[in-house]
Amino acid sequence: MTPLLELDGVEARYGPVVALHGISLHVGEGEVVALLGANGAGKTTTLRAVSGTVRKSGRVLYAGQDVSRRAPEGLARLGVAHVPEGRGILAELTVWENLRMGAYVRRDRGVKQDLERVGGLFPWLLERKGQQAGTLSGGEQQMLALARALVARPRVLMLDEPSLGLAPIIVQELFRVVSTLNEEEGLTVLVVEQNASIALEISSRAYVLEVGRVAVEGSSEELRRHEGVRKSYLGY
Amino acid sequence: MVAVTFTWGEFFQQVVFGLAIGAVYASLALALVLIFRTTHVLNFAQGEMAMFTTFIAWSLITNHGFSFWPAFFVTIGIAFLLGAGVERIVIRRFEGGSHLTMILVTIGLFVIFNGGAAWIWSPEQKDFPSPFSAEPYSVGGVAIARQHVGILVVTLISVTVLWAFFRFTKAGLGMRAAAIGPEPSRLLGVRVPWMYAVGWGLAAALGAISGIMVAPELFLTPTMMQVVLIYAFVAAVLGGIESPVGAVVGGLLLGLGTTLVSRYVDFVSSELELPFAFAILVLVLIVRPAGLFGRVTVRRV
Repeated sequence: MTPLLELDGVEARYGPVVALHGISLHVGEGEVVALLGANGAGKTTTLRAVSGTVRKSGRVLYAGQDVSRRAPEGLARLGVAHVPEGRGILAELTVWENLRMGAYVRRDRGVKQDLERVGGLFPWLLERKGQQAGTLSGGEQQMLALARALVARPRVLMLDEPSLGLAPIIVQELFRVVSTLNEEEGLTVLVVEQNASIALEISSRAYVLEVGRVAVEGSSEELRRHEGVRKSYLGY
Repeated sequence: MVAVTFTWGEFFQQVVFGLAIGAVYASLALALVLIFRTTHVLNFAQGEMAMFTTFIAWSLITNHGFSFWPAFFVTIGIAFLLGAGVERIVIRRFEGGSHLTMILVTIGLFVIFNGGAAWIWSPEQKDFPSPFSAEPYSVGGVAIARQHVGILVVTLISVTVLWAFFRFTKAGLGMRAAAIGPEPSRLLGVRVPWMYAVGWGLAAALGAISGIMVAPELFLTPTMMQVVLIYAFVAAVLGGIESPVGAVVGGLLLGLGTTLVSRYVDFVSSELELPFAFAILVLVLIVRPAGLFGRVTVRRV
């Protein structure tokens, strides 16, 4: 079976600084895959290489087609939702306008149902839909970013450090929603996380990046027992 | 101070005239705000683009047999394409450069449109027809020029249409998103570069409306919009350069203020109108540094 998303020898740099030294990885349809690693290992850049927000060489394949040369808006239109580092909330728009922006790529008539569905996942969003998004707390903004990405009805959801700066209970809630969507609707997820224990809990497979290369890969089960991973990322 | 004989009738006429001229400032100010918000450029060529498109309207009417309103709408369409074209062909190349470079580029555009208009249509002043009859309205025995009421109504309609576009349409929402956060907007599928071009196009269209509306009052020449542009800048900053509502309110207040003051305050002759406008601006900025409607956005991270 061909994977839904595949990176093949992807290199990326910011000016003279090489961030990725030829990354190859794949994400199968319906999988949850985690990218782990320290700061500066290239996790964020890997997601950016997929969505086209960093200059790169190498190939990115999505649903069997080469999307290496696509602009970010093109990838969004193909069904890749990227919730970036810092969440990308449009602070001066309202909660509702942010959600509607999630449907920007949609051409069909099902948007209303999806807005309702998302409202079912996060009921408070609808109660506070007129509020300026920039005034939400960090956790609420992360939920809004996730909800907005779901309104696009993506085939692949890419999350960049969703747990960053959030209270543990919010992190649990967030990943519970992601897991549910994966199990019930087969949503494919590629998630970057510093919090390795929770990432390995919800993912089926994971890659550990070190200085721009894949250092370890395997099922999340294996990685939890892997000594190096345990010592460096799980802390026991 | 008030040495002129005062009648309520004349006061009312002055108010309508002040609002009409203010509406012209307001629409050009709104064009400036639109471009500033979408591309963070202060467009010094805004007035000249408006003048240039007003010449196109004049040419359609005098040389191509158009009557006023068809010429008006065709010109708005041409202005939109012109504005969008300027963004795609010229402005885009200097994006991300320094503010100084961009200022020089828009001053360059100023010179090109000014010279171009003089070259194509000659610098002599031209009569621009008014679509409104010279027969004034009579309101309680006071004669109110239809021209002034017309300017006010046309401008307010175009501002309302623009507002509705931004408020109620998906494209309008996408444009606001692109202006606020170009990077996250691209990830949501917004073609941000096109949005910038549309922003410039809408601004140029708005400028064309202000030019066509003011031309019958001023005579059409290549320098017609230069003073109007200065007032528009004052109005935009007065309202808080990022605020569309501020630009409109700022423009109307400015038109009203300068008209009433130069009429009723003896020592402010028409030569002193512009310095007076700047005096208002300085006073407002001392009290409210972000302008009347400028606000510090609340943001949590």
